[in-house]
Amino acid sequence: MNFEWLGRQFDNIVFLLGWHVLLAVTPLILGLLIALPLGWWAHRSRRIYPLLVGVAGLLYTVPSLALFVLLPLVLGTKILDPMNIVAALTIYTVALLVRVVADALDSVPEDTVQAAKAMGYRGYQSLLKVELPVGVPVICAGLRVAAVSNVSLVSVAALLGIPQLGSLFTQGFQLRFYTPIIAGIVLCVVLAMILDGLIILINRWLTPWTPKVVAS
Amino acid sequence: MIKFQNVTKAYPDGTVAVDGLNLEAPTGKLTILVGPSGCGKTTSLRMINRLIEPTSGTIYLDDQPTSGMDAALLRRRIGYVIQHAGLFPHKTIVDNVSTMPVLLGESRQKARTKALELMERVGLPASFAKRYPWQLSGGQQQRVGVARALASDPAFMLMDEPFSAVDPVVRAQLQEEFLRLQREIGKTIIMVTHDIDEALKLGDQVAVMRVGGKLAQMASPSELLTSPADEFVADFVGRDRGYRSLGFTKTAGTVAIGEEAVVQLGTSVDEARAKASGAWVLVVDGGRKPLGWAQPDLLNGEVKRENLNLSGIPAAASGTMRQLLDAALSSPSRRGVVVNEHGELMGTVTATDVVKAIEAEPHLETAR
Repeated sequence: MNFEWLGRQFDNIVFLLGWHVLLAVTPLILGLLIALPLGWWAHRSRRIYPLLVGVAGLLYTVPSLALFVLLPLVLGTKILDPMNIVAALTIYTVALLVRVVADALDSVPEDTVQAAKAMGYRGYQSLLKVELPVGVPVICAGLRVAAVSNVSLVSVAALLGIPQLGSLFTQGFQLRFYTPIIAGIVLCVVLAMILDGLIILINRWLTPWTPKVVAS
Repeated sequence: MIKFQNVTKAYPDGTVAVDGLNLEAPTGKLTILVGPSGCGKTTSLRMINRLIEPTSGTIYLDDQPTSGMDAALLRRRIGYVIQHAGLFPHKTIVDNVSTMPVLLGESRQKARTKALELMERVGLPASFAKRYPWQLSGGQQQRVGVARALASDPAFMLMDEPFSAVDPVVRAQLQEEFLRLQREIGKTIIMVTHDIDEALKLGDQVAVMRVGGKLAQMASPSELLTSPADEFVADFVGRDRGYRSLGFTKTAGTVAIGEEAVVQLGTSVDEARAKASGAWVLVVDGGRKPLGWAQPDLLNGEVKRENLNLSGIPAAASGTMRQLLDAALSSPSRRGVVVNEHGELMGTVTATDVVKAIEAEPHLETAR
């Protein structure tokens, strides 16, 4: 471990970390926003559910590197445009979360949905004020998986030369110099843990009503 | 008033859940739909607030057909209670109860104040207000369910097996309290149950439905017991209906209440033996409230609390023939303890006394 090198590279590493956060978190938020209506659709229709969840599963199996290279052709962006990464990871996030959102809405007790309807909630009111709030724990569990998965997938983009923590890996391999590799791994793990912890906190804040025995 | 006019619900696969139902639930009364599973009682109930749409026929709320109303607005006029309460798990108890007033546009603050009053009315302590549903027992949740349905003071209430998910002791308690509440508020209620005893106990009128969604009979509880319309109703109402119909006959002073010598705790065995009639003597407290029966021959020294036989169930003099007969039959001495409205001993009756009074009663069959 060469700490002197780390000291010299500090500014650069912070810059890479910043990009990493941006490239991992933006798709997480976009993916959730897209997955919410799709998941609701899958939840509503027993015929759409297997279709959407099946396609989502299929998308998730496309290798990330292939997607990073293919997307510029589809989107008409330049190969080095970070937009490609955001778009690719958004696709992965959506693929993960469509099923999660559908299952979250399915997890709301039938009695509760029935009661909301019978009290005179309209469809959208029931969704926004009852079903989604009650489904929050399941959605947050899925978001945690997506967050960690995004943090690790972003590093692959280093192969395309887009700056983020993965760049430390390519740099280290090229120079046969381990310090940047170790620094990159540690920062990735720490970042994943912080995002994970953040989602746990948001979940707790949104669900003061869950039995306290559930440990995250 | 809630009125069904020729209401039918048929599903695309040909199943007929409700078949030409005609029924009227009078204003301020509790009407019960009862029947075996598959008789369409729950479907009928849910067609009233249009959780299910009828295939044909019309349902009227106070002479207005529900089919022309906005479904959500219609539902906000009707309180609804379901089997497992169906509380909103993410809302506190007070906010659960406030749901309908808030939907109807009342301020949250006002709705909460009202909700607290209602909670008290259904027997929930104010300390529950800030709790969440999972922190309450099934019986408590059901009380919240009733309070929630009453919160907007609707004229109509629908109850779908409201007391069947709790244990028998809590159920009996909830039923009693609900009857008392209904006497005060006088809502127009339709309740669904599969439990004929519950139907007979709570209903002002009972509609028995048969499989296939047809109305078999609509009558008062005592009429159902004494003159069932056909074999199905007779069978459904049950075998011991002769005995149970006594539950609708007031004793009204027709049964001779005999004197009963009593002793108190601490009385010597000799004195107890002298007062006993047969093997048993009745033990009361200082306020003449019955405590239990003792057998002096089996005692040493004095009458002690742990020697008491508690199997007898005292009956109120103002109660029914069934309670009186049960008091006699459940008592180890075969003398049923009769008490006044303060729970103080009036005397005892034997099963023979009660049966004589029943035989002497000419119009027992229609009395209510």
